[in-house]
Amino acid sequence: MDELPIQSGDDVVRVRQFVRNAAADHGLSLVDQTKLVTAASELARNTLVHGGGGMARVEVVKSAIGRVGVKLYFTDEGPGIPDVELALTDGWSTGTGLGLGLSGARRLVDEFELASEPGTGTSVTVVKWSR
Amino acid sequence: MERVPILKIGQTLFVSIQIDLQDESVIRLQEDLADELAATGAHGVIIDITAVEIVDSFIGRMLTTIGSISRLFDAETVLVGMRPAVAITLTELGLSLNGVRTALNAEKGLEILNGKS
Repeated sequence: MDELPIQSGDDVVRVRQFVRNAAADHGLSLVDQTKLVTAASELARNTLVHGGGGMARVEVVKSAIGRVGVKLYFTDEGPGIPDVELALTDGWSTGTGLGLGLSGARRLVDEFELASEPGTGTSVTVVKWSR
Repeated sequence: MERVPILKIGQTLFVSIQIDLQDESVIRLQEDLADELAATGAHGVIIDITAVEIVDSFIGRMLTTIGSISRLFDAETVLVGMRPAVAITLTELGLSLNGVRTALNAEKGLEILNGKS
């Protein structure tokens, strides 16, 4: 398991590169690597822009039937998301983007979990399994 | 922050993105391109993303914006060289890059700008 800080645009790029290497090393196809890295990019940006910075954790996991996957965990101690359901709707936006970041990231991965508490922060866990 | 260079070849501005894009670099590219279009009066912009490994919603939106800005300077933008995995991911993400023309490679992009197709 590796932990990476997300405090700047450079850190977002480093997280993407790290996730790309982890996904490639553990048998994800090129398309799946691209999907996971794209999701990581969206989530790392959210951590930086909306969460005021935080951490990314990258972990290689194994399913009950022996499939290998890459699990990413993003966490911040920002303002949190008041309405999680709404935030996961296509087109919902804080005003700076297209509103596809969170909902799009969810479509790009196999498992997606978002926990947020207004005032204490947000954490997102995603998993992409090798085929 | 790394900057993306802009080359002028004839009436066309040529941009080949060879770095791992961070948000600031894309915003800077947008501004630099607007300045170049105003200064040169170029009629076309080719953005080569052959080396770009991912296009997320922010980068995608910026590419669309570059297309819109170019149009205000009477120039057309053609995005060339998208990787298959990037195309699949973009579509699943829900981004259609409306308003930006695409071509398989730089040569075909130039043909579009020169009105040969």
